[in-house]
Amino acid sequence: MWIEIMRVAWRSVRANKMRSFLTMLGIIIGVMAVVLSSAIGLSAKAGVTKQVENLGTNVLTVMPGSASSGGISRGFGSASTLTTSDATAIAEQDPDVQYVAPLVSSDQQVVYGTNNTNTAIEGTNAEYPDIKNLTMAEGRFFLESEVNSAANVAVLGSQVEETLFSGERVNPVGQTIDIGGIPFTVVGVAASQGTSGFSNQDDAIAIPITTAMNLFTGSDTVNQILVSAKSQDVMDQAQLEVESTLRVQHQLSAATADDFQISNQATILNTLSGVDRILTLLLDGISAISLLVGGIGIMNIMLVSVTERTREIGIRKAIGAKRSVISMQFLLESLMLSVSGAIVGLILSSIGTEIVSKLTQDGNLLSPVAVGASMGFSVAIGLIFGVYPARKAANLKPIDALRFE
Amino acid sequence: MTEYDSGARASRDLIVIENLVREYQVGGQTIRALDGVTLTIQHGEFVAIMGPSGSGKSTMMNMIGCLDTPTAGRYCLDGFDVAHLSEDDLAMLRNQKIGFVFQSFNLLPRTTALENVELPMMYLGVPSKIRKQRALEALQRVGLAERVYNRPNELSGGQQQRVAIARALVNNPVLILADEPTGALDSRTTEDILNLFEELHAQGNTIVLVTHEDEVGRHAKRIVRFRDGRVELDTGAQRKVGVPKHVD
Ligand SMILES: Nc1ncnc2c1ncn2[C@@H]1O[C@H](COP(=O)(O)OP(=O)(O)OP(=O)(O)O)[C@@H](O)[C@H]1O
Ligand SMILES: [Mg+2]
Repeated sequence: MWIEIMRVAWRSVRANKMRSFLTMLGIIIGVMAVVLSSAIGLSAKAGVTKQVENLGTNVLTVMPGSASSGGISRGFGSASTLTTSDATAIAEQDPDVQYVAPLVSSDQQVVYGTNNTNTAIEGTNAEYPDIKNLTMAEGRFFLESEVNSAANVAVLGSQVEETLFSGERVNPVGQTIDIGGIPFTVVGVAASQGTSGFSNQDDAIAIPITTAMNLFTGSDTVNQILVSAKSQDVMDQAQLEVESTLRVQHQLSAATADDFQISNQATILNTLSGVDRILTLLLDGISAISLLVGGIGIMNIMLVSVTERTREIGIRKAIGAKRSVISMQFLLESLMLSVSGAIVGLILSSIGTEIVSKLTQDGNLLSPVAVGASMGFSVAIGLIFGVYPARKAANLKPIDALRFE
Repeated sequence: MTEYDSGARASRDLIVIENLVREYQVGGQTIRALDGVTLTIQHGEFVAIMGPSGSGKSTMMNMIGCLDTPTAGRYCLDGFDVAHLSEDDLAMLRNQKIGFVFQSFNLLPRTTALENVELPMMYLGVPSKIRKQRALEALQRVGLAERVYNRPNELSGGQQQRVAIARALVNNPVLILADEPTGALDSRTTEDILNLFEELHAQGNTIVLVTHEDEVGRHAKRIVRFRDGRVELDTGAQRKVGVPKHVD
């Protein structure tokens, strides 16, 4: 008999296709929000992991300024307390440090022939590519000797190369470009690195730090110092060494806080996943509300359905349907609406996540937890919001139901 | 699930009604649709309930059919005092003891004739194979063997009423209740349906039928005439005079 009751419920869902679909829409959107929010979480995590791999998992970033002074965060890089001699001191004194690359940046107008662009000029040393795991698409990175001699040589990011040399059928290596009005020789083009955090590494030009300081910044303060530890295992030691070296360099007394900030991949990851957490929370909120609204929609339609079919209920009762049979019929109908909605939502969102993961190559973004949770949630909603209409149907008196016009 | 099987019951009385009252409250006013009805109907009778519009015929049928509960008075169906039964018990009682035929057919829409006839057996828990077979037999009995897969909106009024009769018969009820079963049919179809009822009566079924038309009433063996919620005339009761009362 239960199979028949299911058939009856299913037939009623199908009899009003448009209405059923619209009713399901709330659940469909809710389920998609659940799955997509978890997919965004997974994708963000995958993205961060990829960047961390790009950068190398053993890199420390030193920035000037403290996280908070007087209780107010001033943000990174707002003070200019780091100098090239700090970088030299770290390189010379800290045993667990492998490479050190100070970094100064300034935005400059870059011209080649008729093409020009405004881009970030990063002054650094020859150890930079080792820290960044930078590979060259063409030519080479500049050499230590070129840093020492403050040579006018430049390594282009792949995007800058594309902009400057678009339409030009020449090998950029060996060409002369103008940076801030000063001629530089291109010695290499870096392979594409993608975005790191919030900056696009491909839209930048690397030049010797000495040259950058001479021509553009005019001081020996640096924006940041990249430090790589000898291995991932000695990250913590390396960080402590760098910190004490810098405190000595800056002559800080024991009572004074650091006037610089050292962040490792873990802290960067935390900041990024914090952003991601807020996003996920937001989407979770949307999905919860959407599922709730979907549930109310189902209850509304079920009440309409009970009223519409009062006569049918009367006939069934007259013929001998018990209360449980009637209430089960309507409960199943409401369950079918919510579960069908969930299935449609899952199909749509699995197609969506499939496309996104193909594009981003982030692997499988359809989390089984999200699928299970949204399914479970939908079943619960179908039951909760179906109970009242089902009870209403079951409680109808046979004669009143039969007389209903 | 309670099984209502009368088995070898001593009494021949199928319906025993004593001082039945049904009142309706309409806008603060009390309407007595049934005003103290006393009536006994035995197994195998063919009774027509007649009377002017508003005299309480339908109300009476709803009481007999256990679709409605009385304000006062006693009603026993096949030995069961209806007042003592729960709503689910009443559903099972209707399922097993009563077959309904309504003026407006009351078939389930979007549902084939066969499925409509299977419905009472489904609620009884009959396995689907047997169900289908018995439903087909019932449809054949009312002369509708060819239209079993049609939905009500694909059938004529007379055909729909046949389906309803097949549905009423299929659980072998002790009582068939028909409230103006021919009210929506033309005279030819009415004749067909009434012949069907007579046939069923001849086979031993108890039939209680409400009608306005004397033509229809003539088919019945006993006429109970209502007026203002009371029994005004009962030909069965008259005939009973001189018949020795059944003692068990
Ligand atoms: N649900 C109800 N609420 C209020 N009054 C009702 C209700 N049902 C019936 N009545 C009243 O009870 C009285 C008897 O009605 P009933 O339907 O039994 O008459 P009837 O003999 O079947 O009439 P007809 O031949 O027109 O079908 C009428 O006065 C009617 O108005
Ligand atoms: Mg009536």
